[in-house]
Amino acid sequence: MEKTEFKTKLRRVIKAGFFNFWRSGYVSLASIIVTVITLSVIGSVIFVSAVLNTTMDELRNKVDINVYFITTALPEDILSLQKKIEALPEVKTVEYVSREAALENFKLQHENDQITLQALEELGDNPLGASLNIKAIEPSQYEGIANFLNEENILSSGGEKIIDKINYFENQVAIGKLSRIIDSAERLGLAISLALVLVSIIITFNTVRLTIYVSREEISVMQLVGASKNYIRGPFVVTGVIVGLISGLLTMLFFFPICYWLGGTTQNFFIGFNIFDYYLTNFIQILLIVIGSGILIGALSSFLAVRKYLKL
Amino acid sequence: MSIIFDNVSKKYSDNYVALDKVSFAISPNEFVSIVGPSGAGKTTLLKMLLAEEKPTEGKVTLHNIDIHTLSGQDINFVRRKIGAVFQDFRLLPNKNVYENIAFAMEAAGRPDDEIESDVPHVLELVDLGHKVWNFPTELSGGEKQRVAIARAIVNQPDIIIADEPTGNLDPANTYDIVQILKKINDLGTTVVLTTHNKGVIDSIGRRVITMQDGKVIRDDPSGKYIL
Repeated sequence: MEKTEFKTKLRRVIKAGFFNFWRSGYVSLASIIVTVITLSVIGSVIFVSAVLNTTMDELRNKVDINVYFITTALPEDILSLQKKIEALPEVKTVEYVSREAALENFKLQHENDQITLQALEELGDNPLGASLNIKAIEPSQYEGIANFLNEENILSSGGEKIIDKINYFENQVAIGKLSRIIDSAERLGLAISLALVLVSIIITFNTVRLTIYVSREEISVMQLVGASKNYIRGPFVVTGVIVGLISGLLTMLFFFPICYWLGGTTQNFFIGFNIFDYYLTNFIQILLIVIGSGILIGALSSFLAVRKYLKL
Repeated sequence: MSIIFDNVSKKYSDNYVALDKVSFAISPNEFVSIVGPSGAGKTTLLKMLLAEEKPTEGKVTLHNIDIHTLSGQDINFVRRKIGAVFQDFRLLPNKNVYENIAFAMEAAGRPDDEIESDVPHVLELVDLGHKVWNFPTELSGGEKQRVAIARAIVNQPDIIIADEPTGNLDPANTYDIVQILKKINDLGTTVVLTTHNKGVIDSIGRRVITMQDGKVIRDDPSGKYIL
């Protein structure tokens, strides 16, 4: 290697890697298939975690506490209570729904229910009280907020109770369960993803090892001719990189129709999350992760596999 | 480059003795044949020259250097000075004839223009100018061995090692290969040949070292195959 420059050596290694890839067609194809499977697992983990995260966020958003006030409660009293609640650190938002707004909502909900609307008409007066909808940052914080409101109840204006009911105490069990489910779903998802990714990487490593096992005679001949370790290893690593690159592109290509097909279904099933939109908006990021993992797995497994047959 | 085997022994882990205190010297430009039955230690001897095997005792020196004290990089350097030819040819199956020979030159760090001019030249020398772009699977045994010889000599080595190079060949090809080896020797390269073939030895008429059970039992300056 003394007489040639680094550039010449690099060019020879890359060329040999390409020829190696092209001429051992079936072996390269087998490596590509296995690598595509591994990269699909990695890609799926990205998609599944996106689905999980948005779904969990949506679920968290669905959980809230509604404080219903008696019909005679004054809006000023309610608004001053709203300010007090907003000052709590664990509260994200507090929404005030006036008596009139509540009536409008009710009418809208019972648009097609003539009997109910008629009954409301006959009543003449607005039977609904105002309410405050409170959202916490974490579902586990609702209990604290509810307890705060319970104590606050006693200190209402003019000495009389203005709070009719707080629905937390009715939904307490459901909210607690939901927050536990969210936590364990996230933890379980992470563990399963890691296990799947690990298993498929190990399978790819072994496949690449087998393809290089086929070349062990070749490697020993190269050594007998006096080729240096890096000069022997180089082309195999280049072949690994090519396999990784092609597998990455193929995987991204396969995800297109799959995401397109799943797009509508996911939108209906997971509260507003469209997997196809996610694929399109995060395309570059997913592409880089998938192709990067492909190249890394291909190159590293080739490097390690050849090392076994290099004696000196 | 002179080769010296000094009291070399090789014992394997099961106490099998492949070589038993072997000593001899080969001067530059000699043509030496090593003969003997299978298991006599001929191949082990050649493997030690290529630093593929380490002796249990004694030392092998090439040009006054004990080759088993060398590091990996220096062993590569020594191997580029030795051309090796084997009974099973050992060509690179995924490379064509041109690339097989070019690989040896690339491994030795030779520049592109030298490779482009030397490879066709050396293929003419072994009479394979018309098979440059064929792959090993498309060649006959004799042709494969001639490619192997071309690869062995392309870096102008000091020594050619040929381990039963005619073992898989018919008489006509055997004759051709022996003639090529003689020609290489005439051009100034040391040749070390192992063989079973009585006809080959008798036709060469040069030094013959006879081995049996890991020992040198005869060393004739212009020997015949006697066992």
